[in-house]
Amino acid sequence: MHETSVPETAAVENIAVTIRVNGKLYARQVEPRLLLVEFLRETCDLTGTHVGCDTTYCGACTVLMNGQAIKSCTMFAVQADGAEITTVEGLEKDGKLDPIQKAFGDSYGLQCGYCTPGLMLSTHQLLAHNPEPSEKEIRKAIAGNTCRCTGYMNIFKAIQLAGQNMKGI
Amino acid sequence: MVEEKEKKNGGRWVGASLPRKEEDRLLRGRGKFADDIKLREMTYLRFVRSSYAHARIISVDTSAAEALPGVVCTITGKEIAAQTHPFIEIAPDHIQKVRDYPMAVEKVRYQGEPVAAVVAESASLADDAAELVQVEYEPLEPAINAEEALLDKSILHEEAGTNRVWSGTWEFGDVEKAFRDAAYVVTIDHMHFHRFSSTPLENNVVIGQWEPKEDRIHYWCNNSFPSFAIQFLAAHLAVHFDRIRVQTADIGGSFGIKITSYPQMSVCALASKKAGGRPVKWVETRSEHMVSSAHGNERTFRDTRVALDKNGVITAIASRHIDDCGAYPRYEPLGCVIYSQVFCGTYRFKNARIEFTQTVTNKCPVGPNRGYSRMQHLWFLERVVDICAYEIGIPADEMRLRNYIRPEEFPYTTPNGCVYDSGNYPKMLEVAKKLIGWDDWKKKQAEARQQGRWIGIGIGTTLDSGTNNFGQSQIINPYAPFSGNSQGANCKLDVYGEVVVAVGSCPQGQGHETVSAQVVADVLNISPDLITVRTGFDTERNVHTGFSGTYASQFAVSGLSAVHGAAQKLKAEMKRLAAFVLQTTQDDLEFGVGEQGPEIKARSTGKSINYWSLANIVNVNSAVLSEELQDVTLNCRYIWRAPFKVPDREKKYGNLTLTYSSQLHIAVVEVDRDTFIPRILDYVAVDDCGVAINPAIVEGQVYGATAHGIGAALMETCAYDAVGNMLTSTFSDYTPITAMNIPKIKYGYISTPSPHTYSGAKGMGEGGAAPIHTISAALQDALFAEGVFINDSFNNGDSIFRSLQQREGGQLSNLVRMEKR
Repeated sequence: MHETSVPETAAVENIAVTIRVNGKLYARQVEPRLLLVEFLRETCDLTGTHVGCDTTYCGACTVLMNGQAIKSCTMFAVQADGAEITTVEGLEKDGKLDPIQKAFGDSYGLQCGYCTPGLMLSTHQLLAHNPEPSEKEIRKAIAGNTCRCTGYMNIFKAIQLAGQNMKGI
Repeated sequence: MVEEKEKKNGGRWVGASLPRKEEDRLLRGRGKFADDIKLREMTYLRFVRSSYAHARIISVDTSAAEALPGVVCTITGKEIAAQTHPFIEIAPDHIQKVRDYPMAVEKVRYQGEPVAAVVAESASLADDAAELVQVEYEPLEPAINAEEALLDKSILHEEAGTNRVWSGTWEFGDVEKAFRDAAYVVTIDHMHFHRFSSTPLENNVVIGQWEPKEDRIHYWCNNSFPSFAIQFLAAHLAVHFDRIRVQTADIGGSFGIKITSYPQMSVCALASKKAGGRPVKWVETRSEHMVSSAHGNERTFRDTRVALDKNGVITAIASRHIDDCGAYPRYEPLGCVIYSQVFCGTYRFKNARIEFTQTVTNKCPVGPNRGYSRMQHLWFLERVVDICAYEIGIPADEMRLRNYIRPEEFPYTTPNGCVYDSGNYPKMLEVAKKLIGWDDWKKKQAEARQQGRWIGIGIGTTLDSGTNNFGQSQIINPYAPFSGNSQGANCKLDVYGEVVVAVGSCPQGQGHETVSAQVVADVLNISPDLITVRTGFDTERNVHTGFSGTYASQFAVSGLSAVHGAAQKLKAEMKRLAAFVLQTTQDDLEFGVGEQGPEIKARSTGKSINYWSLANIVNVNSAVLSEELQDVTLNCRYIWRAPFKVPDREKKYGNLTLTYSSQLHIAVVEVDRDTFIPRILDYVAVDDCGVAINPAIVEGQVYGATAHGIGAALMETCAYDAVGNMLTSTFSDYTPITAMNIPKIKYGYISTPSPHTYSGAKGMGEGGAAPIHTISAALQDALFAEGVFINDSFNNGDSIFRSLQQREGGQLSNLVRMEKR
């Protein structure tokens, strides 16, 4: 028995998008099906944003779009046309780690580091609204970010420390 | 920058919780993971996978795919079989006839098995083309359940004639006498340890390039045991070992799962050859990972009989264990012997008979998942201890104290000849009880029970055996050419005097760069900041042995012993050279840091030479060297070998592991009376890995292993339906533990230094899957009064509801029986 039918493979026209990533403007022609995370990784060569699950569960692909944390594996590049995106590469300022990056490092909030960029951007969104989150609020804010190495304990510490660091600035 | 004040243990860097050297690049998004690599003319590979668990392949038609513009080539299982040898089988006898290729040839044997692959100019074109491949199947009867598979009604590998992979009996002491003399005999009919995977967040990635004219293969990948992969690939592809170059960089978790990516490595190389030597990249999707990467071993325990004396001290255990390794043995049947590293767990019983059988089934092949093969056995032992305690009426903590190996008995030789280096289990219990507030919880539990709530307190005691004696493979197959264990490292002063360390490991977040620097810093008496460490495997760096990789809780022992050895070797050369230059004796020399950086000083004269000058003499100013110093290179390779002997193959007796870290966890769990969902109310993890090289890294490993265990106990299972469809093929179905589900973990530690290692450290990281045992124990405590025995390692609201229903239907009454003599 045959298991697959032949799909339609009619050529689809590329679409022009203009996306500002970490302050830099990228004007490109993209396939309509190109995911935002593929745009970031393959078109912009910003490989700090990762793919872990393909289905919006793990949040390794989390970036900021117009200041909001979104999962870039679940969004097409064309949907981000005209948007401002911040990826992990955009966090440091003049070569210096930002308070969230520093806090993750100081708290041993990462091991393999694969989930860390997404986690730091979710943290960014949380702390922008709530600089002194309780542990419960932290858990909720990163519920969509899976970490398989740390057991989350040091991530909770890192996020609390990051909040304190940011207040100190 | 690390600060001097961080030094611990009398001014040593070892023992200090230094910040990790790895952090900076990872925090900036500048880590180098395999999928980040782009090469010129790179092509992209996509697999076409079986939708059936067991079926004959009638035809594979790739013509439509090949006709799609942008497709470079396709490759099928038949093509691969025509130009390669089947992979090596570790099991002897009939299993040697199994023809395991990286893609299905005549038959598919699990859902998700690759049948064909397409290679295209882009990843999305490869996706399109893969959908055009037409495969015709004739479905066959699947063998999904291990015990049914052993009936051989439907055989996976006809050439082997049976589904049984291996069987053997471990018998020590006088089991029959122990049963005759027993005051109690407890029988447990059936227990089951479920299938799960620690699912690293980064999927498998392979880039393979095989220049047809050069006969060399170059891999960039995230395989976590490249030395093993290369041995399998070299024989399979008929390419010399040294012509297979494997490079790894940052790896996004492995937990053992990435050890078994060599079949995909084979396909990428063969596809590259067919594509004229263009690099071929394969990036696994999460669903591919779930259905076809590797799962942990599933195990069933049958006919368990336990003999106890009148005090509840276990005197003998007899049991049949049936291990399910999925469709192809691959790394197996090593798990059939690796369990016996912890044969008696943390307990003193001397008489035991374990009949161990492994079978193939039409499910994803297994791989050495964190806690590999020992956790299944430790869970079994912990269930035995708990069930016996309840049956006899001894509190779970008291039961353990009566049965634990005593602190004064270390080093302790187990019934099968393993030597437990050090430990203090009663002390760990004491620390854990204090941390959780044992007496308080006991009171609260009694009150809650009055209110009809189901609250249980459970203890799990486990071992994390590290640094394998690969000689144990000869217990499986006397012709297996493996024994001992080794690791390589190189330590050098580079041309300008920089200290550069290279190790044959491929860490996935364990901080090898940091801890290696700590070790070398102590040897040379300089700051770890002044030391560059290169981890990640690279065949051409020439620091690997046949055992190099990162697996099996051993880096603190094998890796750092190699680093330490290389540093000592370098130091000895530096001393000889400095004594010559400074015109003094070696005893007069002092290592440290002066105004011109790291240096060696003559105490008598105050004269010194810095590292730059030392390196200069050897590398670019060598005419000044004396005749006796011609052998000095300041580039020192050292191979550390573990002090093992080949075990007695017939008796299955001998030391199988060098170090034994231990874990003791306590959990308080409540089962909701309406939803039956278990919830953790309190959790403590106490660890003992001897001397911790970097206590903060150790603590992080404990948290991580604990989260994996909690996830596995309550949320994560690789579920299959009756015909072998995998039901948990996405994260949304598999539900890896999240920040919402993890309880607050209270961490404690004790330290019993290992007498078997130079530093007193014991390998750690796998953690014995302690939470699975602990949560099972807590659930047992919560539900014993309801007549429920916890006999499965996976428990969620659904399974607990079923157990309670079965109990009401009287179906569980024969599961456990106790006979008092």
